[in-house]
Amino acid sequence: MIAFILRRLAVAVPTLLLLIVFSFILMHMAPGGPFTAERALPPQVIANLEAQYGLNDPLWLQIWHYLYNIVVHFDFGPSFVYPDRSVNQLIAAGFPVTLTYGILSFVSAIVLGVSLGVVAAIWHNSWVDYIAVGISIGAQVLPNFVMAPLLVLVLTLWYRLLPGGGWSFSDPSFWIMPVIALATSYMASIARITRSSMLEVLGSNHIRTARAKGMPEYRVIIRHALKPAMLPVISYLGPVFVSMITGSVVIDMYFSTGGIGKAFVDSALNRDYAVMMGVTILVGALTILFNLIVDVLYAWIDPKIRY
Amino acid sequence: MSLLEIKDLSVRFQTNDAEVRAVNNVNLSIEAGQTLGVVGESGSGKSQLSFAIMGLLARNGQASGSVMFDGQEVLNAKPKVLNSIRAAKMAMIFQDPMTSLNPYMRVADQMAEVLTLHKGINKREAVAQAVQMLDAVKIPDAKGRVRLYPHEFSGGMRQRVMIAMALLCKPKLLIADEPTTALDVTVQAQIMQLLKELQRDFGMAMILITHDLGVVAGSCERVAVMYGGRIRETGPVRPIFAAPTHPYTQGLLDAIPRVDQQDEELHAIPGQPPNMSRPPSGCAFSPRCPYVREGCDTIDPPLEGFAPEQARACHAPVAEIIARQTRLQPDADQPAAHLGDGPTQAIPRGAVAGAGAAGTPSTVEGQQ
Repeated sequence: MIAFILRRLAVAVPTLLLLIVFSFILMHMAPGGPFTAERALPPQVIANLEAQYGLNDPLWLQIWHYLYNIVVHFDFGPSFVYPDRSVNQLIAAGFPVTLTYGILSFVSAIVLGVSLGVVAAIWHNSWVDYIAVGISIGAQVLPNFVMAPLLVLVLTLWYRLLPGGGWSFSDPSFWIMPVIALATSYMASIARITRSSMLEVLGSNHIRTARAKGMPEYRVIIRHALKPAMLPVISYLGPVFVSMITGSVVIDMYFSTGGIGKAFVDSALNRDYAVMMGVTILVGALTILFNLIVDVLYAWIDPKIRY
Repeated sequence: MSLLEIKDLSVRFQTNDAEVRAVNNVNLSIEAGQTLGVVGESGSGKSQLSFAIMGLLARNGQASGSVMFDGQEVLNAKPKVLNSIRAAKMAMIFQDPMTSLNPYMRVADQMAEVLTLHKGINKREAVAQAVQMLDAVKIPDAKGRVRLYPHEFSGGMRQRVMIAMALLCKPKLLIADEPTTALDVTVQAQIMQLLKELQRDFGMAMILITHDLGVVAGSCERVAVMYGGRIRETGPVRPIFAAPTHPYTQGLLDAIPRVDQQDEELHAIPGQPPNMSRPPSGCAFSPRCPYVREGCDTIDPPLEGFAPEQARACHAPVAEIIARQTRLQPDADQPAAHLGDGPTQAIPRGAVAGAGAAGTPSTVEGQQ
């Protein structure tokens, strides 16, 4: 298993390298540049700026410099738009926020989704099941960009319970709405996957064997059914975490939480090459990491999988 | 009093299309230490009968009637009552050893949990007893293999694990639902031999559910033949195999291929098993029955005793069926001594030779 993890981490290096090169090329192919503004700057100013940031070098040389600085100095360069801030600083400021509400959303989506799915499967075709399915369908058709304004409308403007935006690491009341908005639709998908996979497991032969052992039903479910029922959920969780991080774009816009989602959108709009690359690499690395975690969890649950 | 007394047991399944009447008014009893064979083709209700006894019917299944086990009503009993009996006094071996063990748990954990649950002993002691039981079912290197997962065992080995698991609490009754169906013939013989030995050693009663008449001939004292969810004929194994008094039993025995009759076509019972969501009116076997007569398609014959310990459900007279018995000549050269004393030669050779190495001490077994 250790060898497998090391091997996968080794493969991650060329993967990330490819990601960087492709994103870099694509980004430079897009029309416009960081210094294109509505009011055109004098050509001489632009020429000086481009020389300063090395934009006149051939593309391969720019990529080389970029990679060199990352590998040797772990420096993702200066922002093209905010001259006084580096990409490292921008990410260090935004990522903890994103990670906080991202992990909270991730965990609550799993806990609620799995519970809802298990309960629905146990009381299959009863009113409990119908309510659970109703909730999950309802929640799934509410994407975060619909949830967010609804939450602000109800909880902030009508009932004045929660702050309508902003962020504080010390005050959890700022966390609640971003987490609800981000988690709801994923919670619904997890509930639906859990329900159908639990139903399948509960009808399988080895569950009948477990029941024939004279175990109470709750023990049959916890000891024998939960683990196999989680396999499809786990394979869904890797992509979920990553899309929660990228989905933070909407959360940051609506709640002004100041996470990297905001930085990502701004950088794309402003052609802030360095910030865009930095966030892309961050999300790419997270994707690779979470897929690895999913694979390891898979092997831990299913003894037939050996790497 | 009998160990297990089944009275008027019926099983119904509600499906979207119709109600499926899988088991209809079955009466059976089994004494302590006895072996009862339940035979019938696929869909005859024999497996659902056993699930109903254990309380393991699917959610849409509903059982009615009465099942008294050891003086206690177990049919539709509270989960607590059922759980105190399951595995402890009444255990079950399932048809498919490939999928009936939990693939995500080590054999040690799966076996030990039965003992920790019912005997209240600690895990270490439970695993030690599990290893002893694996030894008893002749799994080589039981101590090492108990740490493995089910997929690391072969099919025959897995069925041995299932048997060992069922026997952990030394139950009074073992229900074996087609224990050898998924296994190849030599392994079948080993497993049946093993079950027989264990049954003798532990003194437990056994219900052997099978469609393999050879297995019944080799290991059962009494047999019940099911068709369309009903028992059609029941009695001691010997007279039923020698002179079946029900057309369906006769057809089943006729259908056993015989090695010494190569020039003939294989015999089969014409037609299809009944669709139990729309069973035929009258006797369910009447559309396929060569003895069909007036009244068969309107009145379902009741199961009636006609000789000591023998009962049948058929409108045709016994004499007529025995008179038309075509192929079941007594085989004087068939020893079949394993069935015990008495005139055993009347068992058709095919019935014993078909897969019936069950009763004979097998040489393959010795290599284990």
